[in-house]
Amino acid sequence: MIPPLMTSVMIADRLEFAAAGSWTAANVDQLERLVQVAAPEAARARGVVIDMASVEELDTLGAWLLERLARSAGDGKDTQFTGLKPRYRGLIDEMQRVNLQPRPSVESPSRAVMALDKVGRTTLDLVSDVLEFVRLLGELSAAIGRILVHPQQFRLTSAVYHLFRVGWQAVPIMALITLLIGGIIAQQGFFHFRKFGADSYVVDMVGILVVREIGVLIVSIMSAGRSGAAYTAELGSMKMREEIDALRTMGFDPVEVLVLPRIIALVCALPILAFLGVMAALYGGGLVAWFYGGMSPAVYLARLQEAVSITHFEVGMIKAPFMALAIGTVACGEGLKVKGSAESLGMQTTTSVVKSIFLVIVLDGIFAMFFASIGM
Amino acid sequence: MDTQPDQAIIRVRDLAVGFGSQIVLDGLDLDVRRGEILGIVGASGSGKSVLLRAIIGLVPKQRGSIVVAGPLFAGATSACDHDGSSVTRPWGVLFQQGALFSSLTVRQNIEFPLRENLELSERLLDEVATAKLEMVGLSMRDADKYPSEISGGMTKRAALARALALDPELVFLDEPTSGLDPIAAEDFDELIRTLQQTLGLTVFMVTHDLDSLNTVCDRIAALAGGKVVAQGPMSAMLACEHPWVKSYFRGKRSRAAASAPN
Repeated sequence: MIPPLMTSVMIADRLEFAAAGSWTAANVDQLERLVQVAAPEAARARGVVIDMASVEELDTLGAWLLERLARSAGDGKDTQFTGLKPRYRGLIDEMQRVNLQPRPSVESPSRAVMALDKVGRTTLDLVSDVLEFVRLLGELSAAIGRILVHPQQFRLTSAVYHLFRVGWQAVPIMALITLLIGGIIAQQGFFHFRKFGADSYVVDMVGILVVREIGVLIVSIMSAGRSGAAYTAELGSMKMREEIDALRTMGFDPVEVLVLPRIIALVCALPILAFLGVMAALYGGGLVAWFYGGMSPAVYLARLQEAVSITHFEVGMIKAPFMALAIGTVACGEGLKVKGSAESLGMQTTTSVVKSIFLVIVLDGIFAMFFASIGM
Repeated sequence: MDTQPDQAIIRVRDLAVGFGSQIVLDGLDLDVRRGEILGIVGASGSGKSVLLRAIIGLVPKQRGSIVVAGPLFAGATSACDHDGSSVTRPWGVLFQQGALFSSLTVRQNIEFPLRENLELSERLLDEVATAKLEMVGLSMRDADKYPSEISGGMTKRAALARALALDPELVFLDEPTSGLDPIAAEDFDELIRTLQQTLGLTVFMVTHDLDSLNTVCDRIAALAGGKVVAQGPMSAMLACEHPWVKSYFRGKRSRAAASAPN
């Protein structure tokens, strides 16, 4: 590879540059320096001649830098390229045609305005998100209505398949996580309650906490992350590949075909998972009580029977299908919002998980207030 | 080095490629000469795209050799038998769907290979990217759009600009005119022709478009049964007696394409 060179000679008001060597991308840093040094000289001269007879190699980058040098002489001055090898003629001609228009400058507003803009947009997004959620719930109700009139239209196979995926296949991980959570609550209870000699109340705490709140909450959050994210990604990539548009043109309602079976599967699966989760958590608590707290399983079970009433169990279980509805609706809604790019798929999946977990916790709070006021 | 007057930039010998028990290419020989536009034709599933992907190293070969001569622009003359390990590649590839990075704007897509491979100042980067954009006929307004916001024809142009970003000597085009309307396809053919002459490119083009074959390609290679069954200019294709080649080039559609005024 020949290093690039450029010499300049002033001949009667005209600056003659002689370029030599490889004017290619491989030498770009040297080339840019050469041109930067030469540009002010060229601007002072009356005319510019660039002799390219000794240029061994030339690519777009080199040709553009030479053209930039010629342009730096300024408008209206006489610039010409001499000694051009025929095979480089086209490239130089091409370069003379590009970069003629200045970049349209984008005015960036001040930071305060941008911050306000962002707040405004987020607020509007929030409103449209709520409307979107309600709209999807409405479409879902309409689809359920149609299914009730024509039950044979229900996609049973699809619903069973999704039930298998979000229900049966989720059992091991849900049981494991809730078992651990139950165990941890019991361990913390024993550790702190022992100071007051209130060991036996640990069972009350574990029982009520797990049956009323933690069991269903943990299972819902896990489902949002596991099944909700999968729903969003599936529907999103179907949207990207125009599968949903294809369904629509064939006269099918995507909500009825894709969304309803998924949500129904989740609504069926979540109470079962929540029940299994509660059982696993109580089991975990029992194990810790036995091995760490020194409480025999018989005592643990007896205390549990006293502490946990059927009301507590009902309070926990009633919440599960509502949580499932919220998770499923958010997940499917976000999936249908995906646009063409891979980035948008990732963004909607993140939004789906964040939103559905948020919604699960808000719902739990509302239920807590509701049950407190009706005395359950 | 090759001593032939028509120096081969790609030399494929006895290439076999398959997936599992299915053999796609079997004992394929092919030379691509420096500075030509070679069109590859073949029935759907005859392995045109597989051949392209095997040459650029995306599909492993089972047997045979693929030698791609070193890039001229780096001043190297050695030939490299690639096994997917070489770092900088002397070629640009235009994928069938464009394969623009969807999280980057059109301009950023073109800047990406420049930025990653060369030490350029921001100003020069900007100017070179704009030059490439204008060379493929895109306007400044399109430059800051995302790939999901531009039309199919513009996607192909932007992808071509990205393939040409590093001034490769060798360009692979996978069905460059598929999905374009005839006018856009003709424009694109013309663009390929112009750029090939301006930049001195060697073009390896997989295509189904008879018009492209007619107007752009210097040579055509027809693939059937995992081998090259015919190669040469259009006249050689028309004279070929292989049944598939015969029905392809002498079928109804090709007669219409050949008789249409160019």
